Amino acid sequence: MMEFLAMGGYWPYVWGSYLVMAGLIAVEMVQVRYRRRSLMGWIRRMARIRAQEEKQ
Amino acid sequence: MSERGIQWFRFTAPANFYDLAGRLIPWFAALTIALFAAGLYLGLVVAPPDYQQGDSYRIIYIHVPTAWMGMFLYVLMAVYAAIGLIWRIKMAEIMAKAIAPTGALMTFFALWTGALWGRPTWGVYWVWDARLTSMLILLFLYLGYMALHAAIDDRQRASNASAVLAMVGVVNVPIIYFSVQWWNTLHQGASITVTDAPTMATIMFVTLMIMVLAAWMYSIAVVLARARVEVLERERNARWVQERLEDGRT
Repeated sequence: MMEFLAMGGYWPYVWGSYLVMAGLIAVEMVQVRYRRRSLMGWIRRMARIRAQEEKQ
Repeated sequence: MSERGIQWFRFTAPANFYDLAGRLIPWFAALTIALFAAGLYLGLVVAPPDYQQGDSYRIIYIHVPTAWMGMFLYVLMAVYAAIGLIWRIKMAEIMAKAIAPTGALMTFFALWTGALWGRPTWGVYWVWDARLTSMLILLFLYLGYMALHAAIDDRQRASNASAVLAMVGVVNVPIIYFSVQWWNTLHQGASITVTDAPTMATIMFVTLMIMVLAAWMYSIAVVLARARVEVLERERNARWVQERLEDGRT
């Protein structure tokens, strides 16, 4: 296991590449999901307001 | 009749995209996970170290796919931008805008992993040579496109102006590709071409192709997801959005 993590002494370069990529991909996915969620929240709120106005 | 037809088309095109993309995204996401899992296992565990570069060469499995993706997505973005500009197709404008952040990210990965690979193999993180500099310009083109889009309030004008920028910038893509032939550069030439057999071991080549496919599937999934949010944002007051909300088909 230690041998695998050491990457023949090149661990800072190899893991520095792979982990930064994994981290930023996670950020990208979370960002899209967050944008979608907040937008859906807005649409739901507007729908509720509209429904209330129709009742009155 | 024809006029009604056009209006009907305009009204439903984003709605159709929204539904179709919603069905497709889980499949592309599943393929992404499967291909990344296989590619990472083969690339980091199974494939042997390089006889000259040791384990540092393993960066290739993310460096090459992201570099290709960065270039390809730029061309795709420019094509969509041109279609949006010339034929005024709303979905094309949305696709161009949705591609840009992922393209920028892929280009950044190529530069970042390239720097970390350059240090152990060339002795430097960065040199101002043709391949590296033209790739940096690609990143700036993406960032410029996004900044221009964000800077103009009027949506149509923002879309038109950034489309022109995207189209002009396409000239950079062949420059990147041929830079290793046209100029003396520290960056190596192509190991994989259409005409010749790849100059690398089979296991390494197969792993690389799996990672290329994984990068494709990821890009498609995330661009579709972003385009879907963009459609929703533009059409948030449309009746079809309300209908889907009531049916629970969001």
